[in-house]
Amino acid sequence: MDEVTGAVRRVAGPLVELDGLPGAAMAELVLLGAAEIPGEVVSIRGGVLTVQAYEYTGGLAPGDPARSQGRPLSAALGPGLLGGVFDGLLRPLANTGIWLGAPAATPGPAAAERVWRFTPAAKPGDLVAPGHRLGSVAAARAVEHRILVPPGPDPGVTRRVDRIAPAGEYPADAVVAEVGGVPVAVTEHWPVRRPRPVARRVDANALLHTGQRALDLLFPIAKGGTAAVPGGFGTGKTVLLQQIAKWCDADVIVYVGCGERGNEMAEVVDELSRLEDPRTGGRLAERTVVIANTSNMPMMAREASVYTGVCVAEYFRDMGHDVVVIADSTSRWAEALREFASRSGALPAEEGFPANLASALAAFYERAGAVQTLGGERGSVTVIGAVSPPGGDLAEPVTVHTERVVRARWTLDRDLAYARHYPAVSWAESFSRDAAALAEDAAAPGGEDLSSLRNRLARILSRADRLVDLVDLVGIAALPPAERMDVLAGRLVREGVLQQSALSEADAHSPAAKTAALVEAVLDVIDACDRAAQTAGPAAVEGVDFGPLLRARDEAGPENLDAVFARRDRVLGALADLAGEAAR
Amino acid sequence: MTTGTQWPDAEFTSVASLRGPLMAVTGVRGVGFDEYVRITEDGSGTRRYGTVVEVDGDTAVVQVLEGTSGLSQAARVAFAGAPLRIPVGPGWLGRICDGRGGPTDGGPPVFGARTAPVNGFPMNPTRREPPAEPVLTGVRCIDSLATLVRGQKLPVFSVPGLPHLELATQIAAQATAGDEAFCVVFAGMDLTHADAAYVRDALEERAAAGELTLLVNTSDAPVLERILTPRIALTVAEDLAFAEGRHVLVVLVDMTSYAEALREVSAARDEIPARRAYPGYLYSDLASLYERCGRIRGAPGSVTILPVLTMPGGDITHPVPDLTGYITEGQIVLSPEVAARGVYPPIDPLSSLSRLMRHGAGPGRTAPEHLPLAAQLLAALARARQVRDLADLVGADALGPTDRHYLDFQDEFEHRLVDQGRTERCPLAQALERCRQVALTLPRSELTMLPESLLDAGAAEP
Repeated sequence: MDEVTGAVRRVAGPLVELDGLPGAAMAELVLLGAAEIPGEVVSIRGGVLTVQAYEYTGGLAPGDPARSQGRPLSAALGPGLLGGVFDGLLRPLANTGIWLGAPAATPGPAAAERVWRFTPAAKPGDLVAPGHRLGSVAAARAVEHRILVPPGPDPGVTRRVDRIAPAGEYPADAVVAEVGGVPVAVTEHWPVRRPRPVARRVDANALLHTGQRALDLLFPIAKGGTAAVPGGFGTGKTVLLQQIAKWCDADVIVYVGCGERGNEMAEVVDELSRLEDPRTGGRLAERTVVIANTSNMPMMAREASVYTGVCVAEYFRDMGHDVVVIADSTSRWAEALREFASRSGALPAEEGFPANLASALAAFYERAGAVQTLGGERGSVTVIGAVSPPGGDLAEPVTVHTERVVRARWTLDRDLAYARHYPAVSWAESFSRDAAALAEDAAAPGGEDLSSLRNRLARILSRADRLVDLVDLVGIAALPPAERMDVLAGRLVREGVLQQSALSEADAHSPAAKTAALVEAVLDVIDACDRAAQTAGPAAVEGVDFGPLLRARDEAGPENLDAVFARRDRVLGALADLAGEAAR
Repeated sequence: MTTGTQWPDAEFTSVASLRGPLMAVTGVRGVGFDEYVRITEDGSGTRRYGTVVEVDGDTAVVQVLEGTSGLSQAARVAFAGAPLRIPVGPGWLGRICDGRGGPTDGGPPVFGARTAPVNGFPMNPTRREPPAEPVLTGVRCIDSLATLVRGQKLPVFSVPGLPHLELATQIAAQATAGDEAFCVVFAGMDLTHADAAYVRDALEERAAAGELTLLVNTSDAPVLERILTPRIALTVAEDLAFAEGRHVLVVLVDMTSYAEALREVSAARDEIPARRAYPGYLYSDLASLYERCGRIRGAPGSVTILPVLTMPGGDITHPVPDLTGYITEGQIVLSPEVAARGVYPPIDPLSSLSRLMRHGAGPGRTAPEHLPLAAQLLAALARARQVRDLADLVGADALGPTDRHYLDFQDEFEHRLVDQGRTERCPLAQALERCRQVALTLPRSELTMLPESLLDAGAAEP
């Protein structure tokens, strides 16, 4: 490799200035000092390079050597990703010691050289273009891991396969094919900040089924869409994101823990390796790539980690998969941007954040999308980012710049969380710009259009919200009968449909059919309440035991629709009796 | 100062500038970022210490822990060649030291067979064992409703004037981890001498038993020393936990003072301020302390952190409690309203939460009925609050009979469950029995979250 050596000139935390690397380019990878701390060139002025270092720079002194690598910061993309846990630069954490960055006093278990079973899908002489399939490796049960012709500078040009390895077992760095004189290895390297090329973008019109009723019903997101989840601490952000990671119907999940809690990361990894994937029977971990950059790990690697995550997602997308990237939390990433901008003396914009925060956020979310890959397949990257607004203030810069670019916002409400209404997705403060377009994809049962169903639920909720304040003031008895039924309807929708316990065995995820059944059941009961109230009066209706209906979500298993309707019928029976008595 | 550092013979005398807590030394070579520094005053020979916060060519910028007041350009400066390391080991147990780890108990400097850097290293998240066993504090309300779990970080949010120091000291004096080896590292920052004396007296027994390390940075001690105090505490704790196999509780009081010291340094360094002039890296800095809690897969021992902080103006959205809340796993909130009713500890159970409680309490950990009992009590208390508000509006006489039960329940809750003596250690079984009795002040029809068996056990009651 072409290496040039320069010297460290200044060190202030993660900011390092170098001399004597005249040929270095912006974003080039540089190794600093004897410890070879990786860093990236972020500005060049005169002969001085400013580098952001990805590890603790303690001990680094002026005069220490700095070696440029002649390539930008890249991730090694290969079959070992699924089921693995990595740091922000995509280095496996399983092979490292207990204490990260400590001198090798506590070496990790030696990484056994893993081999992968390669099956060729092309033969010498075939004409292939970038993105075309050369073969596949058996990496995980659930996800077909393909070896593609890597994207090159000229995507449309076809080349001849010179050589291809026979079926067999190969280590991760083995070359398994040669195309137009260029070797193709099992593992490829790609600069994390550069989006991987695609043939073209296509409309994102397939629903990503998250398994969370509040989202699928009211604020759906497309495969290839983007969503932000703002919420103060204690509103259940991480639990909601973990639920999506576990149960959404994507092929691959990339979970980026960006500046969050270590115990939480340990728990996610633990749970994913225990839970069964309902679609394949394998473990959920086998379709998941975890990038763990906890809050006490080096701050600048946090900045890189979201790009690393989306780069991994694009890699699997190019194989024709639907991939979801979950970034928890983008606010911590923005803080890393601010920290570095502040050290490098950039002029601050709002709240000390650099002026390019908005464009950096927009560019990050824009890497999501549904595409036709170079190989002609459909694939998608969906990005879901948590936002942790300081003091719960939704007017702070990260929140406002994020909500402008995303297709959906799932705002978590502190009052709902305090009332133990989980997931605490606020129906008044959230939006989905794709709701109407996605309605066709998810046909509701009974032929009812999903968007009209959604509108009806939204109406019920907003009417009830409006009345709640009034009830607190004057008491429920002072309202006219129709309004009293509106309040009741709001409660039934909230408690019977929207609430969903992450801890419940039966209800942690809700398939489309169960969601539809619950909505149908609750709406049937609401209609029956309205009718019964006309004859028996509102107080009698309010006195009916709605428990069976409200417990249906917890008691009926994901596939057990009959149990939902049986409970509905018990409540409908009680209401019919009430109306019957009143008529006598 | 403790002796974890080998000092070189060479000293620099080229101090170029002194400003606020910062000192610039020129003509240095090979000095690295974050190195530990010893400064010897001209004339008196008094020593001060600091860390390198920036190196630029032949200039090193040093942050002086004791401040620069009284220093002249004739001071002599030695660079340790490495970040600050301290000796670690059981030698710390039973010792009382200042905020930099220098003994104040009349004993010799603390020695240890090993040394460790005070900044520690981040724990590999894949090597963490999720927390699962309780630390019992002997404080009824915490053990039963917001159980502290080994390896957790659970802060106490308070406001000035409330007895948070008393509560923290009580927990430090009483806490146990079942029959397993347990000890406490108590780090006080910005404590008045009266408070420091109170803590020392209250923890005397624990110190005598060799289960305590006490580090006290008093209010009149150098402000920047506060930045070091929690780091020393955590470094000592990590070694006691992961090298010695003990369960260690680290109490950090008061983290707001710590954050203010950080702000002072940041301002002196002309850094661009973020919210309320705290530095933009406050989150990461706090995380570098709080995240040092945890357990390691396959190893005994744990570090549990109980930070105590006062919310300026009682504002929970202030950066210090806000960022703390984003990092920690729940919080215990003290309320002036509860204190005004003469209740100690003045915990607001509805705002308090231990996120890891469901892992650390329940069958096999505390008691089978623990979690449903706690959930039932909190749900009932929430209802009681609403009833109380309504009663204030319409009068208690206008309430229905069920609602009136809730008013009684709230009183019972506060007086029989929350209220407790300042030296009273309540065993868990007794705390849970009180919970059950308080729950049973409500009619059985209201206790829908409790299993029948639990209700029947109390059927003998009138």
